[in-house]
Amino acid sequence: MSQKPETHRKRGRRSPVAIVLLVGIGLITTGAAYAMATTATASAEVDLMSPQVIDEGQKLFAANCATCHGQQAQGTDNGPSLIGVGAAAVDFQVGTGRMPMQGNGPQAPAKPVQFTDEQVKALAAYVASLGPGPSIPSQSDLTGGDAANGGELFRINCAMCHNVAGAGGALTEGKYAPELKNTSAVHAYEAMLIGPQNMPVFNDLNLTPSEKKDIVAYLEYLKENPSPGGLELGSLGPVSEGLFIWIIGLGAIIGLTIWITAKSN
Amino acid sequence: MAKIVKGSEKSDLVATSGERLTGKELGTAVVTADAFPNPGLPPHRQRVTDTNPRRLARAARIVAWLFYLSIAGSIFTIFAYMFFPIEGGDTTSIRLSTLYIGLGSAFALLAIGIAAVHWGKAVMADKEGVDERHPVRGTDETRARAVEIFKEADEESGFSRRTLIRNGMIGAFIAFPLPAIALFRGLAPMDEDPNNLMKHTFWKKGLRLTHDPTGVPIKASDLTIGSSVHVIPEGLLDLPEAQMLDQKAKAAVLVVRLKPEDLHWTSEQRKSWSYDGIVAYSKICTHVGCPVALYEQQTHHLLCPCHQSQFDISNECAVIFGPAARPLPQLPIAVDADGYLVALSDFDQPVGPSFWEREK
Repeated sequence: MSQKPETHRKRGRRSPVAIVLLVGIGLITTGAAYAMATTATASAEVDLMSPQVIDEGQKLFAANCATCHGQQAQGTDNGPSLIGVGAAAVDFQVGTGRMPMQGNGPQAPAKPVQFTDEQVKALAAYVASLGPGPSIPSQSDLTGGDAANGGELFRINCAMCHNVAGAGGALTEGKYAPELKNTSAVHAYEAMLIGPQNMPVFNDLNLTPSEKKDIVAYLEYLKENPSPGGLELGSLGPVSEGLFIWIIGLGAIIGLTIWITAKSN
Repeated sequence: MAKIVKGSEKSDLVATSGERLTGKELGTAVVTADAFPNPGLPPHRQRVTDTNPRRLARAARIVAWLFYLSIAGSIFTIFAYMFFPIEGGDTTSIRLSTLYIGLGSAFALLAIGIAAVHWGKAVMADKEGVDERHPVRGTDETRARAVEIFKEADEESGFSRRTLIRNGMIGAFIAFPLPAIALFRGLAPMDEDPNNLMKHTFWKKGLRLTHDPTGVPIKASDLTIGSSVHVIPEGLLDLPEAQMLDQKAKAAVLVVRLKPEDLHWTSEQRKSWSYDGIVAYSKICTHVGCPVALYEQQTHHLLCPCHQSQFDISNECAVIFGPAARPLPQLPIAVDADGYLVALSDFDQPVGPSFWEREK
């Protein structure tokens, strides 16, 4: 009688369901802790006005950027002046890995970021100290937008280059509009503000801050909502869809016709 | 070497094809003198299902099971419709519903097809047979009889004799498509000259340039260098929806601001259509009318996404690549007393692709 509850308990602990449950709990806890840790680093506040930060930014600038942009960021034949481009421009260009550029080409591509978040902010602080320019948008500039209005604005102002689903597209002579599915909200906002590379500028009088917030909300909506029609095939429209149907669809039809006409063995 | 074999040249035929064709059956067929002899049918090869009764039984079972699978697919489709409803505009539910209904019905139909083909190939009797092709030409008796029938029909109906009826019928056939001309004419604008409609847009002197889609007027000082703004004329949004869209399709404009020294003009007049580096160009491609708005702010190129026509904004939107035949029309603009951008007039030429009377 006294033995029975014990074996029951033992069996309970060994059951496969318990293992699945334990692994599940472990994964969820680790994931949650990781998510909290990453949001904590992302929102690490750096005071862009503090002289120490600006000083550190200047050192980083002299070591990494001055070759092309000049010792005083006044610009050279190889790179434009950065006086007055603002903290937003630095946070976008360096924060997405576009700068420092690794080689000359039609366009500086996004690549793994070369600096820590603090270093990016320090560089931004230094460049912002050179002249007034757009600052890095705060969290309240990015959340709570109206995705429906953002969708309409995106279709009018952005979709012709970036594709209606944000999949990106080709421009002239090797340039391209990048896809926006992996672009963070703050970088998308900064891009509108500063018009990096060949992208036009959408200043606050062209697209108001609340309209920019709506566009960011639409981009977030695109990231979270799967295509209702099934496989997106890169959202590239007739190019990838045509390729798929001509190769896979027609291939299947040819295979079937061969099977139908072949004599059974 | 080919030659036309007449019905009487029997000997030639036997030599070339070695078959039982007689001259009469051949008609005007072309028979080559050096044709390959007819190899006849290949030897009959038996299938495994002919020699092995167990394989035959298995093939029969597979066919039956494929039909059952099709039934299962149909039932699955019904359940998919019931258990994956499209609810509340959620894209995931649309995706699941269409996915499972599609999979179920595809399985149901595909299984029937595969079962039918497998049945025919592996289970049904397998033997070769030859059906000789008969000549297309009928016998002389048949042909004579056909002519007779035609004559008889003409005689009995009076088609040739009763010209009043015949001509009436021909007239009716001719008149029947005529209403289509009137009906299709009704699709075109009735009270206005279509030519005129294509030549003029909503823009006129003094209309402010406003943001698409809000209709907020634009000040020259709002635009920084490198800005591009999608513009509609003031008052466009007050029109009824359908009319608004018709007008917007012609009046859409892209406004960009460059450094004034980057703009090259062929005449002082064209230069006077811009304001301090701000220029406005029609967004409707002169090739086939796609909206051209892929603006590169450093190269000042405008790219049309449909057929890759490129326009150079710094050179009065000259075509630098692609199939477009003409530069994009420029909208003359200035600044009014309050600092807002206003149109000086409509475009000086029709916007969009060519039409016959464009130059008149």
